[in-house]
Amino acid sequence: MDNQPGASGLIFNEPSLWEKSRKGRCAISLPKADVERAELDKDLTGDAPELPQLSELDVVRHYTRLSQWNFGVDSGMYPLGSCTMKYNPKTNEVQAALKGFAGAHPFSGDEFSQGSLKLMYNLEQYLAKITGFDTLTLQPAAGAHGELTGMLMIHAYFAKKGKQRSKIIIPDTAHGTNPASAALCGYIPVNIKSGEKGILDPETVAAVMDEDTAGIMVTNPNTLGLFESNISKIADIIHSKGGLVYGDGANMNAIMGIVKPGEIGIDVLHLNLHKTFSTPHGGGGPGSGPVAVGKALEPFLPVPRVVKDLDSYKLVSDYPDTIGKIHTFYGHFGIMVRAYAYILSMGAKGLLDSSRLAVLSANYIKESLKGTLNLPYDMPCMHECVFNDEFQSKNNVTTVDMAKRLLDYGFHPPTIYFPLVVHGAFMIEPTETESKEDIDQFIDAVKAIAREAEEDPEKLRKAPFLTKVTRLDEVTAARKPCLRG
Amino acid sequence: MRYLPHTKEDIKTMLKITGQSSLDSLFECIPEDLKTKQSIDIPQSLSEWELNAHMEELASSNIACKDYKCFIGGGSYDHFIPAIIPYLISRSEFMTAYTPYQPEVSQGTLQGIYEFQTMITELLGMDVATASHYDCGTALAEACLIALKKNREKNKIAISALAHPSHRQIVQTYIRPTGYEIIEIPYTKEGLTDMNALAGMDDLAGIAVQSPNFFGNIEDLKAVKAVADSKKALFITSFTEAMSYGLLKNPGQFGADLVAGEGQSLGIAKSFGGPGLGLLAGTKKQMRNLPGRFIGKTLDANGDNGYVLTLATREQHIKREKASSNICSNNGLNAMTAAMYLATVGKIGIREIAQQNHDKAVYLKKSLVNAGFEPCFDKPFFNEFVLKPPKGFEQKRAALIQDKCIFAGMDLEPFYPEMKQHYLFCSTETVSKDDIDQLAKEVQ
Repeated sequence: MDNQPGASGLIFNEPSLWEKSRKGRCAISLPKADVERAELDKDLTGDAPELPQLSELDVVRHYTRLSQWNFGVDSGMYPLGSCTMKYNPKTNEVQAALKGFAGAHPFSGDEFSQGSLKLMYNLEQYLAKITGFDTLTLQPAAGAHGELTGMLMIHAYFAKKGKQRSKIIIPDTAHGTNPASAALCGYIPVNIKSGEKGILDPETVAAVMDEDTAGIMVTNPNTLGLFESNISKIADIIHSKGGLVYGDGANMNAIMGIVKPGEIGIDVLHLNLHKTFSTPHGGGGPGSGPVAVGKALEPFLPVPRVVKDLDSYKLVSDYPDTIGKIHTFYGHFGIMVRAYAYILSMGAKGLLDSSRLAVLSANYIKESLKGTLNLPYDMPCMHECVFNDEFQSKNNVTTVDMAKRLLDYGFHPPTIYFPLVVHGAFMIEPTETESKEDIDQFIDAVKAIAREAEEDPEKLRKAPFLTKVTRLDEVTAARKPCLRG
Repeated sequence: MRYLPHTKEDIKTMLKITGQSSLDSLFECIPEDLKTKQSIDIPQSLSEWELNAHMEELASSNIACKDYKCFIGGGSYDHFIPAIIPYLISRSEFMTAYTPYQPEVSQGTLQGIYEFQTMITELLGMDVATASHYDCGTALAEACLIALKKNREKNKIAISALAHPSHRQIVQTYIRPTGYEIIEIPYTKEGLTDMNALAGMDDLAGIAVQSPNFFGNIEDLKAVKAVADSKKALFITSFTEAMSYGLLKNPGQFGADLVAGEGQSLGIAKSFGGPGLGLLAGTKKQMRNLPGRFIGKTLDANGDNGYVLTLATREQHIKREKASSNICSNNGLNAMTAAMYLATVGKIGIREIAQQNHDKAVYLKKSLVNAGFEPCFDKPFFNEFVLKPPKGFEQKRAALIQDKCIFAGMDLEPFYPEMKQHYLFCSTETVSKDDIDQLAKEVQ
């Protein structure tokens, strides 16, 4: 493993918080009790919760050690397909932590929140320009929450028309969140297969679209990393039967400045600020999932909406057709600040370059690893490419074995076993922020692992070797769940 | 652009490998007529210095840029955040990691969230807690959906009118397309959920009551449990102020089936209302009905302890349209923040801070009543309560914000039109006796 980033070093064991706990310790500086104690009725109070008792250094060391068992984008290349693990700029964190933002109370009143409201208003404008839509809501808390919001608006649209529809078309390449979001609105998913070339055929859509179908949910570029080039024809088919086209914008990172979904027949689109717009994934959130809409769905947007009134901004809730609220306040404002800082740092040219370089890097990996790994759909890709383990399976080496071995080489593995349409999928999304040298190292690592699959397959099946723990028993974890200490 | 590492030479070499002649030709698979004719019309890119200046200007037009005294809550609370919390949570290994799908290199997130789940179950007296939800309102909506799914022969959820107004709206938004019905339980003159009215309601799959309620009063959860049992409805309880359970008897002791809560008070910045932290807990019986991620303890191939995402067969990436929810990303980093906060305050700290919240609120109420405010309810409260101010308070309140950066209560009328001239006050450990005395003097 010469020249590869993976190496071993001193890593610390760390017990659980309770094992460290000693009665009488407390890691916070307690405020002085400067008013009289007011005892509540004993019937109302309980014993203090059994939280661990630690000193300040105990806490600092605990979480420092835990953090060292994690792999982040700052640690190394993290080419998870469909997740867009690009670099999370540090200035964004500085901006979100500004006292005027981080300390803002949501009920301060419009007059005293002009900075927040202006930022939200501007961000809405910028995202609308990027996607080619009229307007949008920033309220959804995550991508799936944005999908639900979009589907709720579609549901409200048909309810308003007086005739609800019962089905929704979902391609087999869709994220699991698509059918789950549609199901929450009572729509029955009609699953369709993508064509031989990995993209949707208009005929397949036409065959199932009818006047009881609310529309279609399309991810474009799709989860095979391919652009759905028939999208306009598909949109025409859906629209001709009175349906609407839902766009899953999870993969917007491939097409900024090149395609504006609002211009090509999409009626509603969600974005993931934590993918395309560089906000950190945080080990699973918080994200933010704004939803952009055209004229047809605008009346149904969640409230409150930010409105500009001459030179000031206000929150307005008086929209009779709104679906209502989907977040307690206005959404994940702290995430919006980061995305806003990113867009302003990039500018139009920077965003276009990001997409171009993300696509260049993915195609470069695709061409470089073709032959090493099987490539089920061999055509120019967008921001990600999907291989599988067909070549290695003759040695009984599977995708998961290669993924685990990549850890030893110092890389986070790609997304594995998704999309479901590719058996044993190995889905690589390098993003535009990885340098050619890092990408080359990654390519070399995958090639070395493919050689190991030939020469020493047993080694791969036992990998990883350099991590804090090795493969975990997930079956027992699920059969006998232990969810608390 | 400093985030884009590709040199001209790199681009040339890489294009050659891909067999493309230019960056534009990479997009030839997209039909020309689908490509946009116009570049994105947004402002020119800013340097880091320009960005700092612009953001500082925006942040400065929020009053929060100054040190303000916060006597408002309503679902977002001003608690002291110790220096170690932002310091530790900014460790990039936590912040820049994805969902822990590769447990061998995610043990930090996994053990951290496992400990979070454990501390939340301790705080609430429940058997299981999920790895987090978006906020209390969305967690409550999920709890209501569970009740409707598990009690299929029943069609309604009764929700207290004193649950947070936004939470009730979110529940409505989520439930509307399902065809089920949400009915509101009115409140009494004492500022509590009307148990008599509830007793007369039928066909209930679940009953949801918030405590402390939106007026700050502590509800009689024992009575709610009795009604829920008599109607074979799931007992759901919610809260906006997690700190209260440092002092109050927890929902588990009252036999709650499901608990939805807001965890922003646990070391998370107010940040204009988000991201906060949705908490969702239940009895063991509800474990497989709960939405979202769980972390479980297990062993690795060498027999060493480790943690993994578990019970994933409830989730959308496996079950698709049959999943228990569509949730994917949750508020993981804020769950980690809350875990750090709970570990920092510990058993001693949370009790003392919670007690001081209550002490100061009692002192604030007494001081304002002495200053001419009229008390509305006489029921026990935690750190929020409602008062009717003397004439002219509205103008005084605006001037206090403008001139002294004191937020003196929030007007209840926008939330409860019948509550004209009623204000909801809050006191946390961040206000001192002097602050309270000053406020009482100013409003006299």
